[in-house]
Amino acid sequence: MMRLPAFKYLAPHSVAETVLMLSSEGPGATVVAGGTDLYPNMKRRHQVPKTVVSLRRVADLRGTHAGADGSLRIGASTTLMALERDARLKAERPALWAAVRSISTPVLRTMGTIGGNVLLDTRCNYYDQNLEWRRAINNCLKCEGDTCWTAPGSDRCWAVNSSDSVPVLIALGARARLSSPRGHREVPVESLYRDDGISYLTKDHDEVLTELVLPPVGPWKSHYGKLRRRGTFDFPVLGVATALRFDGDRVAEARIVLNGVGSSPLRCTEAEGFLLGKRIDPETAKAAGEIAFRPAKPLDNTDFENAWRKKMVKVYVRDGLLAAK
Amino acid sequence: MSPHGNAAGKPAAQKRAKKVTLTLRVNGEDHEVLFAPHKTLLEVLREEMGLTGTKHGCELGECGTCTVVVDGEPMLSCLMLAVECDGREITTVEGLSTAKGPHPLQEAFADLNAAQCGYCTPGFLCASKALLDRNPSPTREQIRDDLAGNLCRCTGYAKIFEAVERAAAVMRGEPVPPPPGNEDLGGAAPAQGEVTRGA
Ligand SMILES: Cc1cc2nc3c(=O)[nH]c(=O)nc-3n(C[C@H](O)[C@H](O)[C@H](O)COP(=O)(O)OP(=O)(O)OC[C@H]3O[C@@H](n4cnc5c(N)ncnc54)[C@H](O)[C@@H]3O)c2cc1C
Ligand code: SF4
Ligand code: FES
Ligand code: FES
Repeated sequence: MMRLPAFKYLAPHSVAETVLMLSSEGPGATVVAGGTDLYPNMKRRHQVPKTVVSLRRVADLRGTHAGADGSLRIGASTTLMALERDARLKAERPALWAAVRSISTPVLRTMGTIGGNVLLDTRCNYYDQNLEWRRAINNCLKCEGDTCWTAPGSDRCWAVNSSDSVPVLIALGARARLSSPRGHREVPVESLYRDDGISYLTKDHDEVLTELVLPPVGPWKSHYGKLRRRGTFDFPVLGVATALRFDGDRVAEARIVLNGVGSSPLRCTEAEGFLLGKRIDPETAKAAGEIAFRPAKPLDNTDFENAWRKKMVKVYVRDGLLAAK
Repeated sequence: MSPHGNAAGKPAAQKRAKKVTLTLRVNGEDHEVLFAPHKTLLEVLREEMGLTGTKHGCELGECGTCTVVVDGEPMLSCLMLAVECDGREITTVEGLSTAKGPHPLQEAFADLNAAQCGYCTPGFLCASKALLDRNPSPTREQIRDDLAGNLCRCTGYAKIFEAVERAAAVMRGEPVPPPPGNEDLGGAAPAQGEVTRGA
């Protein structure tokens, strides 16, 4: 049996109580929402928290609120299935809806939350293994070892950001609200991440993600494309979110965000700049794909051969731009 | 950030995790159960309550064989804490049949040979029950989508989808064709106790 290590279980009823518990329990305490990322990690002994603080009884973190101005607030504990069943989300923000629906499996989406998805651990073939497997290779930098098997000789971890919702949230200009014993703050979702497979989040240990705030859709058009082996279960090997705002038939603003190619989501700023003032036709989309392809550096630590994954960036960016048009 | 614990040494709590007593409502009955708070629903069902119909496969969310129904929704018992199940209505494969007999899904799985080794079957039955309770007339596409978190290494899925469609028809009160007989197996079934071997 893959059993969880023992821990102290706490079930606060409010965000204020949660952050106090987290700070008084110290860095050995972890928050859990749906547990579909944390519990497999704990079973594999990636994380062995002393205390698990569950958000299950914190009712005000669940649900969505549409603002009169067309903005949307999504509570961090809203399940992925609740978002998938939200007809308004599907109609107004189809790229986010499609990204959510592409996550894992229906039963996992029934349990997993959007907040957990945003804060998902980074992934690597040498890391996402059980304890015995990892011991056989003497572990790796991300968990108790001193070598990175993906890039031996490297002094950092290259584990991959694999969250499906994140590229779309960034492309849609979403902001994240965080609470801690020191108060609240709101930051662009993009700034939650750091390009480091181990220390991949910029948030403090006792900070809880409470809400995602999406601005009004306005004239933005967007799309999410996901590359993976099977049509279900699998994490993205590459995910591409594209969002475009037009002035007439010319691009006034563009956002292209990738997952699966680095430890943080990758914003393709050069390709975005290239698109300004242009019409989206097959040639322009292809050229933007060529530009986006350059900074993407997938390493050999997920499914599929990395050279092919890099090539797929061209294809997915091109197709994503044409689909968002 | 989550702490990276010392995997080699046991955390202090491991030595004597304090148990809790909780009333779990399983298959329509309340059960008072004593268990440690880090136990999954899967462990409590199988090891504390003797309900071994729920199977354990990957125990990491990657196969679906541990699926049970919680408050009408399919859930993976391997990734749920039993302490979080108080006040919730849990249905396992043992709770599908009634005094009248097996559940139409169980009948249909048997009639159409939708189980071969049978290890995935309890999970498929629970996920399918949740689906049919929510949507009595799912299309093939909806069945395929909804069962996309359950793996079967034997049947190739076609028989499973057909069985869910057959059960749905029975539950809607529609007539269904008689089940295929043993002639489909290419000969008479072996008498009970008789051993048949391959070449
Ligand atoms: C088989 C399998 C397939 C999967 N496939 C995919 C996939 O295709 N795409 C994908 O993106 N994901 C996938 N996942 C990962 C996971 O199921 C989802 O990302 C899910 O949304 C995680 O949400 P959760 O609520 O279960 O997170 P948890 O496991 O509860 O939490 C995840 C992390 O976030 C932290 N956390 C959660 N909520 C908060 C909060 N409000 N404030 C502060 N910290 C918080 C936790 O401490 C933990 O570190 C898969 C998982 C499995 C097991
Ligand atoms: S990228 Fe290197 S250090 Fe990071 S998890 Fe993989 S093998 Fe370990
Ligand atoms: S045992 Fe729960 S999903 Fe495999
Ligand atoms: S019948 Fe054997 S795994 Fe499905």
